[in-house]
Amino acid sequence: MAYKIVASQCTNCTACEALCPNMAISEAKGTFVIDPALCTECIGHFEDPQCVAICPVDDTCVLDASVPRYQPA
Amino acid sequence: MTDTLFSQDPDSTREASSADGVVDISDVMQKVAEHKGCGTEGGSGKASCGSSAGPADMPPEIWEKVKNHPCYSEEAHHHYARMHVAVAPACNIQCNYCNRKYDCANESRPGVVSERLTPEQASKKVLAVASTIPQMTVLGIAGPGDPLANPQKTFETFRLISEVAPDIKLCLSTNGLALPDWVDEIAKYKVDHVTITINMVDPEVGQHIYPWIFWENKRLQGYEAAKILTERQLLGLEMLTERGILAKINSVMIPGINDAHLVEVNKAVKSRGAFLHNIMPLISAPEHGTVFGLNGQRGPSAQELKALQDACEGDMNMMRHCRQCRADAVGLLGEDRSAEFTTEKIMAMDIEYDAEGRKAYQQAVEGERQAKVAAKASELDGLEKAGDISVLVAVATKGHGIINEHFGHAKEFQVYELNAKGAKFVGHRRVDLYCQGGYGEEDALDTVIAAINDCHAVFVAKIGGCPKADLEAAGVEPVDQYAHEYIEQSALVWFKDYLGKIERGEIVHQQRGDAAIRQGALLSQAG
Ligand code: SF4
Ligand code: SF4
Repeated sequence: MAYKIVASQCTNCTACEALCPNMAISEAKGTFVIDPALCTECIGHFEDPQCVAICPVDDTCVLDASVPRYQPA
Repeated sequence: MTDTLFSQDPDSTREASSADGVVDISDVMQKVAEHKGCGTEGGSGKASCGSSAGPADMPPEIWEKVKNHPCYSEEAHHHYARMHVAVAPACNIQCNYCNRKYDCANESRPGVVSERLTPEQASKKVLAVASTIPQMTVLGIAGPGDPLANPQKTFETFRLISEVAPDIKLCLSTNGLALPDWVDEIAKYKVDHVTITINMVDPEVGQHIYPWIFWENKRLQGYEAAKILTERQLLGLEMLTERGILAKINSVMIPGINDAHLVEVNKAVKSRGAFLHNIMPLISAPEHGTVFGLNGQRGPSAQELKALQDACEGDMNMMRHCRQCRADAVGLLGEDRSAEFTTEKIMAMDIEYDAEGRKAYQQAVEGERQAKVAAKASELDGLEKAGDISVLVAVATKGHGIINEHFGHAKEFQVYELNAKGAKFVGHRRVDLYCQGGYGEEDALDTVIAAINDCHAVFVAKIGGCPKADLEAAGVEPVDQYAHEYIEQSALVWFKDYLGKIERGEIVHQQRGDAAIRQGALLSQAG
């Protein structure tokens, strides 16, 4: 599973965008979104998913159950 | 990381850094101590903050830096203006008094920053405003997040502005977590004023204020988080002092959590060279959605705040004129002209930066300020008979140090303390109602009276019959005979008259009660 951003909660603070090691986060139509094809759940980069760790609103960056878990190579 | 952090004892690092031969903090502190005394025992009715006393008792290099700064100089803020641009939305810590859905409600930037600007938009906005409003001398970056959690945007904005308008002073406000990493960059852009919000120097206290920090790619909580934060804040402060960059400290007073502790904070920041300490009341209401708002944490009353400021003032310069202004406000403090400068309007503007016109204006202002100081000095004779009597008075003013606002139009009152030493500015009382939808007209007057209830009199340019009677009934004397005259001079004339009445037995001096601090965090446009 990749992470996703709950659009209704996002404050557009931009904090997650700069931290993502895979440049998976971008601004789209006034809120931030994660590209599930690029998100590696930060595996191999950091212990904690960076977007989750910095987001000022709890439960805004969450696992997206609709895509399979990321498999590290 | 451990190299740059304090070990157990912050003092050991301090000594280490001076042993390295950079600049001895105690030397710097000596200078700061030498100009201390402003507003405390000056005896000539000086106003509150570090810079208000003017050149007489402040080192020239510090006076030079603060004299036109409307945030730091209580006297200058009547004449000069600052603006903030919102280029820094990201934050690296969470505070219990902040709800990021509405931007930070404390740290002198409550309310809603309506738009997020790119560095290019921000610099164009600054130049447009500076060309239109010659009083605009200071540009600040304060958020809505932390400027140093957005370093590229912050420093690019400074770079663009300093290229076209080198006369504009640059300042920034930070929570301090990232400060040590950016001090050299701050020095490079000649940022001469940095504000650090320091609410504690003890992690035991800090863990009740900060739920988490983002540090080295992890979210840390509790004691550990607060310990790193305080170490980084104090290290950053020392590094600024070593480089001669002015550092002001903001503290949010949170009753029951850090109110008593702020005296410790005051000592800690003073010993590290901070030139000014600004203690602000917590702004907290359930509708703000902050942790403190939701758990019923109250803010301090006006007298609690003043008592703490007084307790700290013996030690260093306190700042009392901070209005916790809106982050994107434009204009003289307390007067918001931001509607004239929306991004849309600015991007369409053709801007020619008028350096000469600005200089001429600023010279005229210097003359006006000197006239005011002279007027105040003329009324200091004959105050000895005040003895121990000390009273507060509220003043309705639009600025320039003059009583020039109608009672009913005042969005805030300036409060002066009058005693044998003269007239001293001690704070503001906000009474603006735009953030409190649902308040009727009749409640408005009650709100005003509650806000200035500790004052013996209120000075206004004009006042209607009804509020006049209500004020008198509440024991606050409405005074309108000094309309359009200098505040401090008029207040002292009134005070001597008041003392005369006591002497003749016409009235008996009585203490007034406490007053309420407005809790409106300017959230009206949220949502
Ligand atoms: S979990 Fe990591 S990789 Fe995925 S979007 Fe968040 S920061 Fe990027
Ligand atoms: S950190 Fe959270 S609130 Fe900020 S932009 Fe990312 S998802 Fe939105």
